[in-house]
Amino acid sequence: MSSKRFTKDHEWIEVAGDIGTVGISDYAQHALGDVVFVEVPDAGREIAKGGEAAVVESVKAASEVYSPVSGVVTAGNAAIVDQPGLVNEAAEGAAWFFKLKLANPVELDDLMDQAAYDAYLKTLE
Amino acid sequence: MSESHSDTPLLTVPLDALHRELGAKMVPFAGYAMPVQYPAGVLAEHLHTRSAAALFDVSHMGQAEIRGAKAVELLETLVPGDIQALGIGKTRYSVFTNDQGGILDDLMISKLADDHLFLVINAACKHADFAHLVKHLGGKVELRMIEDRSLLALQGPGAAVAMATLSPEAISMTFMTIAEITVAGIRVLATRSGYTGEDGWEISVANADAERLARAILGAPGVKPAGLGARDSLRLEAGLCLYGSDIDTTTTPVEASIAWIMSKRRKAEGGFPGAAVICKQLAEGAPRRRVGIQPDGKAPARAHTEITDEAGNRLGEICSGGFGPSAGGPVAMGYVPAAFAAIGTKLKLVVRGKAMDAHVCALPFVPHSYFKG
Repeated sequence: MSSKRFTKDHEWIEVAGDIGTVGISDYAQHALGDVVFVEVPDAGREIAKGGEAAVVESVKAASEVYSPVSGVVTAGNAAIVDQPGLVNEAAEGAAWFFKLKLANPVELDDLMDQAAYDAYLKTLE
Repeated sequence: MSESHSDTPLLTVPLDALHRELGAKMVPFAGYAMPVQYPAGVLAEHLHTRSAAALFDVSHMGQAEIRGAKAVELLETLVPGDIQALGIGKTRYSVFTNDQGGILDDLMISKLADDHLFLVINAACKHADFAHLVKHLGGKVELRMIEDRSLLALQGPGAAVAMATLSPEAISMTFMTIAEITVAGIRVLATRSGYTGEDGWEISVANADAERLARAILGAPGVKPAGLGARDSLRLEAGLCLYGSDIDTTTTPVEASIAWIMSKRRKAEGGFPGAAVICKQLAEGAPRRRVGIQPDGKAPARAHTEITDEAGNRLGEICSGGFGPSAGGPVAMGYVPAAFAAIGTKLKLVVRGKAMDAHVCALPFVPHSYFKG
């Protein structure tokens, strides 16, 4: 059972202790197509919930990645900067975008769990 | 992808069912439902075109013909290209200009006979182009919009190998020639041309035969379908202009760096709309130029990205830009003042509020590979 939580903009966050790992969903990578460029935030950057945190570009378009919660970035994933195509292969795993220290864990309650997100995706079909 | 906001239902091309069978993602383009990509995706389709061969459906584009003793002479009153000097059986790239020297559309002109020209024009411009032809040439020549034919493009270094299995006569054609030939047993009008920078053919075929021809070509060795997404990244790497992005009514052929479409005679004689403006620019230089722009970093710079000098003064905008799969990184074209058009000139591109290093570079990004015989 996945402990991930999702936003309507197709970001996911998985929390261990007070550190959250953020990425884009498999649905999002599929919708984007071949990812060719990624920009991730540097450690130490303060990000508000819903704020622009990262950039993901496919051959055709650039998209912003928004932070599902507020916090301070502890790490950006250099692996996807070097190999953007990894986002297409492992969006909900190794191709996470950044980790952050949560400022306000209560914000997680606003997000969807896997079942709610799956139901949300059905409404988009 | 934005949806069409028009109330008019989308038109479908004769190969619509085949595209859907092949799993294409269909999107609105110039009023038509067109395949932007197949399940392989834009990146794979692009790379396959550069390494093997791909079949594109460009049936949304307009086809037209002009017949009459004065066809050549009269078409020259609308385009700056040298159609008199164009040999029978030859194809040439040109533009329709307006009185200000701006570009109404770009097109391919083929001479089937001294009194018979075949035109391929852009989908979004085709009705305006035809009205333009009727307005200026109507009554003096016979004009026909060809509505009953599809247009397929087979492109890539493997196109000739694939074509050899379907039409021995096609492979004796050279770049920018046109001929009525038989492909897979079907009579077609083919030009050895395309818009990817690769060898290949554009094939005009009766709608009734289009699917049979497409299936035969897709069945030839090495050929896979490719959509309009790959066609766009291929033509950008090839440094070729997309109407509406790189050229429009506000850009002259000189500014667009396509003055090579004019011969010495046409430059000297004029006699086409906007000739005064264009010939003055030829003599004195255009105030701005379309140039290749190489971002120094990895971030793609898309259309409308601001271009500045190193001090941050605005110079112009990117007109086409993105990731070049064969170039292996970002590629772009944009308009800059003449003083900044020299290859190697350092520029800044403002991407998401940040000024990124870039420089003016030679076009194309990927060398053209045409079959010149």
